[in-house]
Amino acid sequence: MAETHSLQDMRQQAAVAAKVFLQRDYSNGTVCQFQSKFPSELETRIDKQQFEETMQTLNNLYAEAEKLGSQSYIEGCLACLTAYTVFLCMETHYEKVLKKIAKYIQEQNDKIYAPRGLLLTDPIERGLRVIEVTIFEDRSLTR
Amino acid sequence: MHLGVSESMRECEYSQISTRCSTPMETPYKKRTPKRRKWESFPGRNKFYCNGRLMMAKQTGVFYLTLVLILVTCGLFFTFDCPFLALELTPVIPVIGGVLFMFVLGTLLRTSFSDPGVLPRATPDEAADLERQIDVANGSTGYRPPPRTKEVVINGQTVKLKYCFTCKIFRPPRASHCSLCDNCVERFDHHCPWVGNCVGRRNYRFFYMFILSLSFLTIFIFSFVITHIILRSHQNGFLKALKDSPASVLEVVVCFFSVWSIVGLSGFHTYLISSNQTTNEDIKGSWSSKRGKDNYNPYSHGNIFTNCCAALCGPLPPSLIDRRGFIQSGMPQLAPPTNGITMYGATQSQQSHMCDQDQCIQSTKFVLQAAAATPLLQQQSSEPVILTASTENGGPLPGRTSLNLGGPCTSLPLGQPTPPTSTPSLSCHEASDMLPIHGHSHAHNHGHTLQEPMAHHHFLTPEEVPSPPGMLPCGSPMGHSHTMQAGFYNPASQDSLHEDSVRGLVKLSSV
Repeated sequence: MAETHSLQDMRQQAAVAAKVFLQRDYSNGTVCQFQSKFPSELETRIDKQQFEETMQTLNNLYAEAEKLGSQSYIEGCLACLTAYTVFLCMETHYEKVLKKIAKYIQEQNDKIYAPRGLLLTDPIERGLRVIEVTIFEDRSLTR
Repeated sequence: MHLGVSESMRECEYSQISTRCSTPMETPYKKRTPKRRKWESFPGRNKFYCNGRLMMAKQTGVFYLTLVLILVTCGLFFTFDCPFLALELTPVIPVIGGVLFMFVLGTLLRTSFSDPGVLPRATPDEAADLERQIDVANGSTGYRPPPRTKEVVINGQTVKLKYCFTCKIFRPPRASHCSLCDNCVERFDHHCPWVGNCVGRRNYRFFYMFILSLSFLTIFIFSFVITHIILRSHQNGFLKALKDSPASVLEVVVCFFSVWSIVGLSGFHTYLISSNQTTNEDIKGSWSSKRGKDNYNPYSHGNIFTNCCAALCGPLPPSLIDRRGFIQSGMPQLAPPTNGITMYGATQSQQSHMCDQDQCIQSTKFVLQAAAATPLLQQQSSEPVILTASTENGGPLPGRTSLNLGGPCTSLPLGQPTPPTSTPSLSCHEASDMLPIHGHSHAHNHGHTLQEPMAHHHFLTPEEVPSPPGMLPCGSPMGHSHTMQAGFYNPASQDSLHEDSVRGLVKLSSV
């Protein structure tokens, strides 16, 4: 019988072997960037290039959210003129990008990380402090 | 073998489960207890209203004073001066006054009720991971390790990141822990009792708009009330004019004192915005060229225009604390069913939030047990002298009062004891200058408990503050005059207060 490994099943049944925390990288100031150094605990689970690609994309997305460009200025001025009531109807640019990030992380989890027994937690759930990578126990080894 | 394992996993049928499923009640048998929202168990000292939509600091007395002053003055203006002015001069005057008034009120409420940029506390796993890293770096010893700092190079300047013992995180650059609200706040400017909230990354622009528009409003009211009195005097004589319109006198007095302080404060903050500094940094002189030839502000964008745009029109980051999300009780491993209310999905974060408090209690218990086993707890050499003196002299519950210590700006992460030399002539800058000194003198005086009674230096609640004439947001003689004895800063600041409280408890237990 084929076993179905869904993300939820994994969370319920698989034991957490370890958690790796990728801290913020402040070398460019206070913009949201995460350290993309490949942690040693993941060496056996995923290949370096794949991981770094994920991190790079995430960092780019966060940079996009905080970018100071004409769009953000227009949004800011419009918001000020309407006494910020405009945000009752529409989302801020930052929130839109955060949604994009959430979708991206979910996609990465589903396609790449869950099959390898890993799970990326969206940093927004950790206050944008860390990217938490949960390493699940490799059950099949214990069989 | 490993390859075989991953092969077999990949061959499995993989059913896509949304990690943020909006289908309700995946575990119906559990939902008997009413769900609580995260704000109800928020670890900081904040007050929440409207089911978590609004948040303020704990002490809000002065905020109501601000509100009353603004409402009363404007009310008097519209009732007594505007009819005359509208008739004699132009009806545009009350209209402009009205617009300014609405703007002031709007920005005030926005500043007071929004999340200033509070950083949520670390989950137990994160905290443990950090502790492990620090132990590895320092080499674990029996003693309390030295104050934890990390150095980062930002745009060529070395910046120290301090570890917050309360929140168990390394504070991002420009963040600071507010002792009043007991939260780490991003880009912490100061805690303003006049708006009843911290001023940080997310509400700095509203705060600036507030003081700017308030400056215009006070100047507007002041000038038109004077005009009113003058016009009346031409008609009826000066004394009769005053008798006919007594409210104008009150307005003039209020506005006269306000103008100096508020306009000064606006000017100060305009300068801060144009150089992209926080009140903290300016007062400490972190980026002043007096520190060194190569000292410059690494966060500045280079020119005034970009700095202003970035501060006022830049992207507004969302709140990181998810006040209205639901606390997920139950196994943290479960993919939590969200009700679609929270944007980010409530997951383990709240579970950990609650665990965090348990963690704190447990760690305190551990310390108590450890202390019970050892003889009198000695202060470590790394401790600043002030606090050593304070706890060893004992005093009524040094732990408790130390937590309450601190004027609004004790949360300044300080490096060196620098008396505030950067004091421009603006009266409000001096006033706001007093704020951190006040806070530090609190710490200073806390240290000399033998000389002065502790209770005397218990944190002055804003209600105790002698209300200065006029509106003085965030500056003002918050403290007593004796606070000008600057001198000794408390480098360990907030973190040591927390440790101090634990140590205080330990002292009590070991007696």
